[in-house]
Amino acid sequence: MKLLEVENLNTYFNTSKGQLKAVNGVSFDLEYGEALGMVGESGCGKTTCALSIAKLLPKEGEITGGRILLEGVDLASMPESEIRKKRWKDVSVIFQGAMNALNPVMKVGDQISEAIVLHEKGSKEAAKRRTGEILELVEIPAARGSNYPHEFSGGMKQRAMIAMALACNPKIVIGDEPTTALDVMVQAQILNLLEKIRKEFKMGFILITHDLSILGETCDKIAVMYAGKIVELGTVEDIFERTAHPYTQRLIACFPNIRGEKRIPEGISGSPPNMLALAPGCSFAPRCDRKQACCETLEPVGKQIGEKHFAACHFALGGGAIE
Amino acid sequence: MSNENGSKDNIVRIEGLKVYYDLKESFSSSLISQKKRRVKAVDDLSLSIGAGEILSLVGESGSGKTTTGKAILQLTKVTEGEIFFREERIDPKNKVFMKAFRQKAQMIFQDPYQALNPRDFVLDIIAEPLDVNQLASSAKEREDRVILALEQAGLSPGRDYLYRYPHELSGGQRQRIVIAGAMIMNPDFIVADEPISMLDASIRTGILRLMMQIREDRELAYLFITHDLSLAWLISDRIAILYLGSLLELGKADDIMKRGLHPYTKALTKIMPMPGVNRGRERITLPGEIPSATEEIVGCKFRGRCEKAIAICAEQRPALAEVSAGHFVACHLCK
Repeated sequence: MKLLEVENLNTYFNTSKGQLKAVNGVSFDLEYGEALGMVGESGCGKTTCALSIAKLLPKEGEITGGRILLEGVDLASMPESEIRKKRWKDVSVIFQGAMNALNPVMKVGDQISEAIVLHEKGSKEAAKRRTGEILELVEIPAARGSNYPHEFSGGMKQRAMIAMALACNPKIVIGDEPTTALDVMVQAQILNLLEKIRKEFKMGFILITHDLSILGETCDKIAVMYAGKIVELGTVEDIFERTAHPYTQRLIACFPNIRGEKRIPEGISGSPPNMLALAPGCSFAPRCDRKQACCETLEPVGKQIGEKHFAACHFALGGGAIE
Repeated sequence: MSNENGSKDNIVRIEGLKVYYDLKESFSSSLISQKKRRVKAVDDLSLSIGAGEILSLVGESGSGKTTTGKAILQLTKVTEGEIFFREERIDPKNKVFMKAFRQKAQMIFQDPYQALNPRDFVLDIIAEPLDVNQLASSAKEREDRVILALEQAGLSPGRDYLYRYPHELSGGQRQRIVIAGAMIMNPDFIVADEPISMLDASIRTGILRLMMQIREDRELAYLFITHDLSLAWLISDRIAILYLGSLLELGKADDIMKRGLHPYTKALTKIMPMPGVNRGRERITLPGEIPSATEEIVGCKFRGRCEKAIAICAEQRPALAEVSAGHFVACHLCK
């Protein structure tokens, strides 16, 4: 059995201007100990996708279709009272911006043991012991648990957030831009730590980021999202060496090649579409330099082009239309 | 150390710049402690920027890069040291000089979501420097200059943007507004503080190209502040590596990136993430984090995290020494 299977997930937001299809038919799966990277521009739906799996959507958001199977049990249709038992124990989240995610007037150790007491039903002493262990695991001396967040540096706050996510031995951890606000050196330390823990505990890990450059060394698979859909999904080698979707190609070309010649990368002209008024056809067509007449009328569906490699483009791989 | 940048004229020169901040202490502890604790944000920094040059200041958070930029523009109080603009000493008390200086030296801030007044029209935001300096004689001229600045910043037709509020614009468009506001005074020197770090990768390159285009058109000099070494290499003529308020290495972009000598520079270049299949690449990180700037460190500031540190590193602070033409390193082991 797979650890996680997401099938045709739809998450819509009801806004005053109409329905916004933030996640629109997303499917992927995750094995034990596997790391999946989700990448895309702001507003492509990657965070909403993560929040849907943890069932932490704001009140305007709603899962309107699809299934989220965690070890075969569907989370999407589960009532909130049941979810509360699963959340943090089975699925936990490392939130973006550790600087603001910790409670400033509560000791860091107490914030971690709070989750343990709530879910493990053990004694306070046991929770305290576990908090010490988990802090040591993320390389913070256990004694620092009695400090307040402002006494921590940025990197240490992010470690504390990771410790909190790991407090109840979850099966899946979702990292929503866990290193975005950090310096390169601290980022590398955090990524090392996450990789070590993932392998040790055979945890599933979903890394959400807009920085494609860190995925090549941290993940097994990559999902590229655009306008609420996964446009390409494959192994790291598929994505970087057998790139099929024009959007993925343009996204990779946004990063400077420090081994090659000095040239400002190309970037992608235009901006992502207005999610409230999506045109028919392929959402990327207005920015795509390979578009043909059919791209503006016919929406491409995901096609298998390799063993684990899928792309949603009429002209994937640069050849003629795949039918 | 003048003209180490290789150009004929210096636009900005800094000599022994120190910016210290006093730490707030409680009344009781101020009675007991003899010495005031201070944060040494910038600690004895000397460098110069040539006309039309791009110099990148690279360092981790807390290394003093933003403070250096602000000190040059007199946006923070300088504790010690001198700063020269076109070889004329900047004296904040000299009102006439400061008025001209403020027009010729501008800053682009990091966060375009906070740098624009949410209740002003784009027109009024960009025209503010004109209003302050009374440079537009009529409403028509004011508007025309704003439209020109908008179009130079890649927002055309500029007329369409005049009566929009910042919240109606995307992150990339906002940063272009910030740039238009900096360019309207025709500056010679710009401090750009992480101008693209808040933006998506796909939009970043557009802003970079714009900044490079403006530089070509006007012979503008940039002090580019970033924590991203690959970005610094891409756009700048020279790179300065900053650590706890002091320079560790300074040289041409390729010298730093490909032939970096200081152990810190080497660690930074090795750790840079690169797009591509790098599965199993071992990330060799430095132990610990950048120490607090309140600590008094005797000797080399980097020695606590340096695996090559020897006895002399703890006794004597290494001075910045030239190892090859235009390439300076502050390390006892790189001579």
